Amino acid sequence: MLIDDLAKRPGRWLTQEGPRSDVVISSRIRLARNLENHRFLSRADDSERRHIYRALADAVMECVLGEEALLVSMEETTVLDRQLLVERHLVSRQHAEAEGCRGVAISADESRAVMINEEDHLRLQCLSSGLQLDELWTEINQLDDALEQRVRFAFHEQYGYLTACPTNVGTGIRVSVMLHLPALKLTNEIDKVLRAARDMKLAVRGLFGEGTDAIGDFFQISNQTTLGRSEAEIIEDFGCRVIPKIVDYELAARKSLAQNQPYQLDDRIWRAHGILSNARTIGTEESLFLLSHIRLGIQMGRLKEVSIETANELFLFVQRAHLQKKNSAAMEGEQRSIARAELLRDCLNPSSR
Amino acid sequence: MSIPCQKCKQSPATVHVTDIVPPNGEKRERHLCEECAEGDGITMKQHEPFNSVLAKFVQQKVGPELDEMASTTCPSCGITFREFRAQGQLGCPQDYAVFSKFLVPLLERAHDGLTRHVGKVPVHLAADVEDGSHSELAELQRRLDSAVECEDYESAAGLRDTMKKIQTHAD
Repeated sequence: MLIDDLAKRPGRWLTQEGPRSDVVISSRIRLARNLENHRFLSRADDSERRHIYRALADAVMECVLGEEALLVSMEETTVLDRQLLVERHLVSRQHAEAEGCRGVAISADESRAVMINEEDHLRLQCLSSGLQLDELWTEINQLDDALEQRVRFAFHEQYGYLTACPTNVGTGIRVSVMLHLPALKLTNEIDKVLRAARDMKLAVRGLFGEGTDAIGDFFQISNQTTLGRSEAEIIEDFGCRVIPKIVDYELAARKSLAQNQPYQLDDRIWRAHGILSNARTIGTEESLFLLSHIRLGIQMGRLKEVSIETANELFLFVQRAHLQKKNSAAMEGEQRSIARAELLRDCLNPSSR
Repeated sequence: MSIPCQKCKQSPATVHVTDIVPPNGEKRERHLCEECAEGDGITMKQHEPFNSVLAKFVQQKVGPELDEMASTTCPSCGITFREFRAQGQLGCPQDYAVFSKFLVPLLERAHDGLTRHVGKVPVHLAADVEDGSHSELAELQRRLDSAVECEDYESAAGLRDTMKKIQTHAD
């Protein structure tokens, strides 16, 4: 498998519709691990970094990801390909932009991605569509067990799994979901909900994690505390209490819009459709903003001309790296905006299909 | 263009006050410089930033402890606690033991007051514990306690049932 193969289609895991996918785009669990008897990366010199990379890449590829897996050395990868991996949520932005020996191993269906030498030696992650945290925990726990047959992770009786930053110590777990909350945004209730989430010690981030904006009404919510509560407890609290509540708020807001402001709601949806299917040049941010309203229209049954698969694909393909890969050419900003508008017109106008 | 202070006639007026004078509610404007406004009790001198007050306080009260903190060095990776604080990343797994005393308050803040790991233990270490059900029960008991504390009786009942099942199974 090659990176170019990835670029042509959305991740296989994302094409299936998971539970509550009207609001929950995807679920993700990641575990942070470090090898014992090795320094953390901020103190490891180049040769130790390479040693860690080789040891972990071998272990991960052999016992975790299956035959068709792809191992990407970030040092040997172009900026464009690294950006592509960020857009697919397979690596963090920090990992793409960092320096030194580091990489990522990706399973064929992209549901598993293991970053090596990011902030910690190992960052295992499992992804699924919709809200499926229990399934993800079972899966990632098994991966972790399998890896522990091959390597020894740094562990302390009191502090648990040891991580480079003490904010991740203990379970090393980060449970997160990507939520699509357009109705809460339109009804101006979003700030209230996000504030409540922050009060519950949850982190709220944008589309691409740490330090990114919430473009297209996508919000990534995740746990922050990792020490003193078990993985099961963290997941249950998050997946059974917090997230369903936010989902219910969004659905209530959608219902209220449909009942109280049906014309304004349809106007939003159809204006978005009108612009996206007619624009001759358009930027990423505007595309995502309008696609968000289209997705809302589809999920509420008010826009039947576009399939949810098309909308989900477009969220990915309008982005910078994907656009260039699809056109097999490096493009400047203006060229990209023209190509993006063409792509949107092709996909949204039934007559041109 | 700046108006000179009406009082000292020298510095430019940067404070502009409109008084409503009783009984007719007549408006009277005053234009003063910062110093004169302060003298008249209209404005107050800017407070010393909270951070610097805090830093001074810490310097006086816990200076010796800070010196110890700054000079503690990990024998394994050579990082000092001060370097860790500056970059936010520890140098090696041993740091958790070496800096234990200073890390605990940080961990409390980051993890909602909790400082002891609960949850998964590496397979090779878990094998040392003879009967896994004990730790599982302890974990369930802890969750039961916290559910009761949060008045989440539905979860509490579920946890109690699970514990009963494990106990009867063990007996």
